[in-house]
Amino acid sequence: MAQITLIEAVTQALAYEMKHDESVVVLGEDVGVNGGVFRATQGLQEKFGELRVLDTPLDETTIAGVTVGMAVQGMKPVAEAQFEGFIYPMMEQIACHAARMRNRTRGRLTVPAVWRAPWGGGIRAPEHHSEANEHLFTNIPGLRVVLPSSPARAYGLLLAAIRDPDPVIFLEPKRIYRQYKEEVPDDGEALPLDVCFVLRDGTDVTLVTWGAQVKECLEAADELARQGVSAEVIDVATLTPLDFDTIAESVQKTGRCVIVHEAPKTAGFGAEIAARVAEECLYELLAPVERVTGPDTHIPLFRLEMKYLPSVERIVEAAQRTLAAS
Amino acid sequence: MSIAAKFEIEYLQYLDAEGKQVRDDLPEFAKDLGHMVELYKLMLSTRVFDAKSVALQRTGKLGTYASCLGHEAAHVGIGSAMKPEDVLAPSYREYGAQLYRGVQPREVYMYWGGDERGNDYQKEPARHDFAWSVPIATQCLHAAGSALAFKIRGEKRVAVCTIGDGGSSKGDFYGAINIAGAQNLPLVAVIVNNQWAISVPRKIQSGAPTLAQKGIAAGLHCIQVDGNDIIAVRKAMEDALERARNGQGGSVIEAVTYRLGDHTTADDARRYRGEQEVKDAWAKEPMKRLRAWLVAKGVWDDKKEEAWKAECDEWMDNEVNAYLETKTQPVTAMFDYTFAEVPADLAKQRDLVLSYENKGH
Ligand SMILES: Cc1ncc(C[n+]2csc(CCOP(=O)(O)OP(=O)(O)O)c2C)c(N)n1
Ligand SMILES: [Mg+2]
Repeated sequence: MAQITLIEAVTQALAYEMKHDESVVVLGEDVGVNGGVFRATQGLQEKFGELRVLDTPLDETTIAGVTVGMAVQGMKPVAEAQFEGFIYPMMEQIACHAARMRNRTRGRLTVPAVWRAPWGGGIRAPEHHSEANEHLFTNIPGLRVVLPSSPARAYGLLLAAIRDPDPVIFLEPKRIYRQYKEEVPDDGEALPLDVCFVLRDGTDVTLVTWGAQVKECLEAADELARQGVSAEVIDVATLTPLDFDTIAESVQKTGRCVIVHEAPKTAGFGAEIAARVAEECLYELLAPVERVTGPDTHIPLFRLEMKYLPSVERIVEAAQRTLAAS
Repeated sequence: MSIAAKFEIEYLQYLDAEGKQVRDDLPEFAKDLGHMVELYKLMLSTRVFDAKSVALQRTGKLGTYASCLGHEAAHVGIGSAMKPEDVLAPSYREYGAQLYRGVQPREVYMYWGGDERGNDYQKEPARHDFAWSVPIATQCLHAAGSALAFKIRGEKRVAVCTIGDGGSSKGDFYGAINIAGAQNLPLVAVIVNNQWAISVPRKIQSGAPTLAQKGIAAGLHCIQVDGNDIIAVRKAMEDALERARNGQGGSVIEAVTYRLGDHTTADDARRYRGEQEVKDAWAKEPMKRLRAWLVAKGVWDDKKEEAWKAECDEWMDNEVNAYLETKTQPVTAMFDYTFAEVPADLAKQRDLVLSYENKGH
């Protein structure tokens, strides 16, 4: 079986679902002949035609709004925002219509659509091409916010996102689009959207993260293991609705919690997890909760961007602090 | 000098303000006087309904309400031209079109009375129409997206959106007509130009002499009609719908009318517009001219008017009673439609709210 990258897994999932479900359509800027600027939709227009792989006019508001309209008519549109930094004009349609159509109409009209966007920093891109703004969506009721962190999870979670009867924001960590390959059978098997994934079992400290930082957390766990510390690593994957039970179970076991994300710290989604840990795990905590995040600044242009993103060293250090505390 | 392209905007009117027929080539539907009486009756019931809504608001039985006074010809003209299988994406004032398509007055009262179930239209074809869209112009793209779905699936259906003069300034409107032109979508966008966007007059929205011409830039068919003349509105709609249905392109129709009432019941239009202007507008309102025309044709009279008004009153009283008797939804309803199924995490919050409820908090 072929080994594929995360971005190829995205393409594989789109192709699988388009082949098996006629109502699935892909739309966005440059998604057709060009196959998307990251090649996520490579080859799809040849297979499925110009109407089901639709190059839209260059207007994010249009893309988002026609996506809502098509979805209400029973199609399953998968819209692409070319970069997360250009998703802002889509937010009115997402927040005011996609997320609340079911509620507004007491279930009469629904929006089974997906918005995909390449997300996050670390690829030496120009301004506005490196944003991590998942927290802007996690506070909108009625949305699922999903971030895959491996080829297999990208495939399984994207299939689940397309099949889900409600709108899903699917943010793809572009830094790890081509970082490594793994075997991903093209079997149409979706992964659940209501669980966190425990990627490594541990007993001393819990590292909670999502997206590209999963890689740094796994490396930090390796380093901690060399120091005799057993770290559990959780990939949250679906931020909302949150499966906090998996996190709580882990933190109640380890007594220590380090939350890692690249978005700015204040009111980032890590704040929500820290608050829940305080609500539900306070008496099991052996040390204060630690957050390793981007600072409350704009992500710098690329000469400094790696100093902005959480590093393995910073994560290890934070874990060590929790161990030193007790 | 060579000219790259040249355009003009036709203006369409059959009945002038006094109800005098200004052209002989009446469209087919208007030759059927029985049908014209039906249209008049629906315009009148829309007006009775509207007055009832405002009265409900004034007596504290309704929240803020957006009146449609003066828009009856435009709205009924739009709704009556559409086929059941078409889809309407309205803004928040097009009751005349919606009542025609099966929205019940009680549903309008429920929506403005703070109950989401008002959007759960029970009757077809309204049941597959969009609900009211408060964020200005956003509904235009839902119509464009619907039209795109119809095109992809090869369905002979048309998506219609309505939008205000103010709303036609917003990007969503341009985005919708733009993609409709680029993809040859079955979209009909009707600009209901009632001269005001709350307190902002038409001239502040755009330097273009007509709003219809905005569609030219998108490659659509464009026409301006007397929006107080239902024959003109209906005719322009029929032509546009037929073209769209046959793959001959989308349209922008500007229906020129006037908002005779306040923007909503929360507004006081005396703050920003003069009495004379409103008086002049009343002289051109849509009911009077159609009534005069029907009376002259011998198919309508005062007795019929009184009888139909009485019937409408009774209908609305029934609807009001049904609305007032509606029990408030259980508190858990706010959770039940957030997702197809209530996620476990949200279920915990629902249980908490339910426990407050049980304690009377
Ligand atoms: C995006 C957005 N901005 C502002 C408002 C507040 N608002 C409600 S109605 C309105 C005026 C709309 O005027 P027009 O489009 O002419 O429609 P009309 O009310 O005259 O039918 C405004 C500014 C809104 N609902 N949505
Ligand atoms: Mg207006």
